[in-house]
Amino acid sequence: MKLSGSDIIVRTLIEQGTDVVFGYPGGQVINIYDSLYKYQGELKHVLTAHEQGASHAADGYARATGKVGVCIATSGPGATNLVTGIATAYIDSVPLVAITGNVPTTIIGTDGFQEIDITGVTLPITKHNYFVGSIDKLADTIREAFRLAKSGRPGPVLIDVPKDVQIAQWEYEPQEAVAAEESFPAKDIRIHQAADCINAAQRPFLYFGGGLITSDAQDELLQIAERIDAPIGCSMMGISGVPTDYPRFLGMQGMHGHYACSTAMHHADCIIALGCRFNDRVTGDRAKFAVGAKIVHIDIDGAELGKTVTPAHGLRGDVKKTLQKLLPLLKEVKHPQWQETIDRFLEEEQQGMDNREGMTPRNVIGLLNQHLNENTPVATDVGQHQMWAAQYLNLKNTRRFISSGGLGTMGFGMGAAMGAALGTKERSVLVTGDGSFGMNLNELATAVVNQVPLVILLLNNGVLGMVRQWQTLFFDKHYSNTTLSDRQTDFVKLAEAFGAQASRALTLEELEAALTKAFACDGPYLIDCAIDKDEFVLPMLPPGGSMDDIIVRIGD
Amino acid sequence: MKKFTVAILVNNQFGVLNRVTSMFRRRQFNITSLTVSETESEEFSRITVQSEGDEVKKEQLINQLYKLPDVCSVAELDDVDTVGRELLLIKMRNDPAARNDIRSAATAYEGKVVDYTKDSFIIQMVGDSRKIDNFIDLMRDFEILEICRTGLVTLQRGATTIRRVTNL
Ligand SMILES: Cc1ncc(C[n+]2csc(CCOP(=O)(O)OP(=O)(O)O)c2C)c(N)n1
Ligand SMILES: [Mg+2]
Repeated sequence: MKLSGSDIIVRTLIEQGTDVVFGYPGGQVINIYDSLYKYQGELKHVLTAHEQGASHAADGYARATGKVGVCIATSGPGATNLVTGIATAYIDSVPLVAITGNVPTTIIGTDGFQEIDITGVTLPITKHNYFVGSIDKLADTIREAFRLAKSGRPGPVLIDVPKDVQIAQWEYEPQEAVAAEESFPAKDIRIHQAADCINAAQRPFLYFGGGLITSDAQDELLQIAERIDAPIGCSMMGISGVPTDYPRFLGMQGMHGHYACSTAMHHADCIIALGCRFNDRVTGDRAKFAVGAKIVHIDIDGAELGKTVTPAHGLRGDVKKTLQKLLPLLKEVKHPQWQETIDRFLEEEQQGMDNREGMTPRNVIGLLNQHLNENTPVATDVGQHQMWAAQYLNLKNTRRFISSGGLGTMGFGMGAAMGAALGTKERSVLVTGDGSFGMNLNELATAVVNQVPLVILLLNNGVLGMVRQWQTLFFDKHYSNTTLSDRQTDFVKLAEAFGAQASRALTLEELEAALTKAFACDGPYLIDCAIDKDEFVLPMLPPGGSMDDIIVRIGD
Repeated sequence: MKKFTVAILVNNQFGVLNRVTSMFRRRQFNITSLTVSETESEEFSRITVQSEGDEVKKEQLINQLYKLPDVCSVAELDDVDTVGRELLLIKMRNDPAARNDIRSAATAYEGKVVDYTKDSFIIQMVGDSRKIDNFIDLMRDFEILEICRTGLVTLQRGATTIRRVTNL
């Protein structure tokens, strides 16, 4: 059947299993929007307040569901507004397809109105991108984009479609949704070498990042942990990969990781690292990172092996399939001494725990935990509140922690939480800060009009707390441009102005009441939750520092 | 620093060179020589890059290259098993006092004069990079007006081809 390019775009999205797209119209995508109108019964379009919100929503949708998220924007400013969202997805390996319109091919290259070289702009932040110069390749390009986005190490792919290509007519035949390319386990010889290394270990430590979740390898990980009697830790991207309360799980490692976890990793003699990339927030001073450990690094992206730390064994392969082959080669062992050491670390961690009463970050997240069910996706923004969420949230199921790890994008949360809610059909939670929320709070409008069940827990400390913490610790308390409390924003009124419900919580009792209301609300509900401006995220490994420099308590 | 050379077979598509070099820039791989050309097949272009760094750096580079969807095959080229050549065009001032010295040097290096005027002449020379470097060094005793060299083109010795690496 002959269809217009814009019809082909929408039909191909539907064919590829897309059920919702996030976007914003404009001159160079008006034809696509006409096709969306035509096919609205089959494909839901969510109009966001800003293209950045659309990109984060597609991202949150993808992280929560594992499916490819899709966003659409017009040329020029529409396209550039997607950039932060695409970069966020790229560094966290999230499968995304972004479709942009552009000026007609006859005008391309002449600096036409709202013409931007978006394939050039996004070159270093996409897995790949396409400029579709002729209609005959349109459908296949979209299919190829989906295949690339979800194959191997996932990532964002952008497709730029000039307006005349959207108008042109071409033959379209629906096809089946493309599958991800088949992935393979690492080479047998490498798996055997790794097994020997692990079998010789006295203090093994299992460590994972977001790649474990992508590869769906939780069961295999836990089987190995039981077999070799090893503790488990993760990077921030790994959170929700293993149930928080799993006995062997020590939580998050790294700059603000759990004390026992970071300490155990530091003392291990063998680190089995799965689907992770050892960035500077994990290693600190690389020269002093895990010096006593042999690292077995398994990742589907060969370029990650040896990129920052040198593994004793680098295994390129799908984590799940590699672990399946590794498991039978591992000896069933017990490491009582190592477990004793771990218990001691856990005790030390307990002693360092913040046991104050009142509206402390720990108590606030603790209260939130009581309202979550096992499927509630929790998104965050970026800052102290994000780290508190990472440290204290109690999560059961995988893909339920949605946070910008690699890029640390303030303003990620609103879009991402909406995308997660719409993708999972679950009420979602956003833990945000007053600074981050300010960046994309316009998406409240989107949440209201779409009746997105969304609990927005705004940890309002009146400051850019994370930056302030650094200023306190490393810049003689020069609080340069990090105080927000002299702004006059009333977040409750603001939410109400958008048509959302909201309340303020100054005490834990008020917070409990607010949470109860919020979790019963049909649409978005904002809780303006007061937090002291001088709360710290602890422990902290100073940037570029090592475990010797760990700050456990302020004033020590 | 140690230099190494890789040949990269890429889809013969608009913008491919940009994708490849953009990765070099972003990941801080230095390019000391770069050539791009068509190949025996219309489908592919061939990029020959000389870069510098140790084994680990080289492996990183190859792994990063393979992540680009347009990259079809990468071959590491060592000095022993490959033939590598550059073409040099060098324009010298035609100074009567220097003329004969320059010409005998060129003859010794199997160079050829391809343009000759009252004021200047151009020597063309083919050879491996070392030979070209040496000749340019020699010419520095005289007045060089302009230099243009192609960068390295290479093929593996014997019947091995880059397409064999990935069965294209
Ligand atoms: C887009 C963006 N701009 C700047 C930063 C740098 N930054 C990191 S955390 C932070 C403060 C965040 O403040 P807030 O959202 O109030 O969270 P808090 O730390 O107070 O919990 C800033 C400015 C960033 N991560 N992202
Ligand atoms: Mg704040």
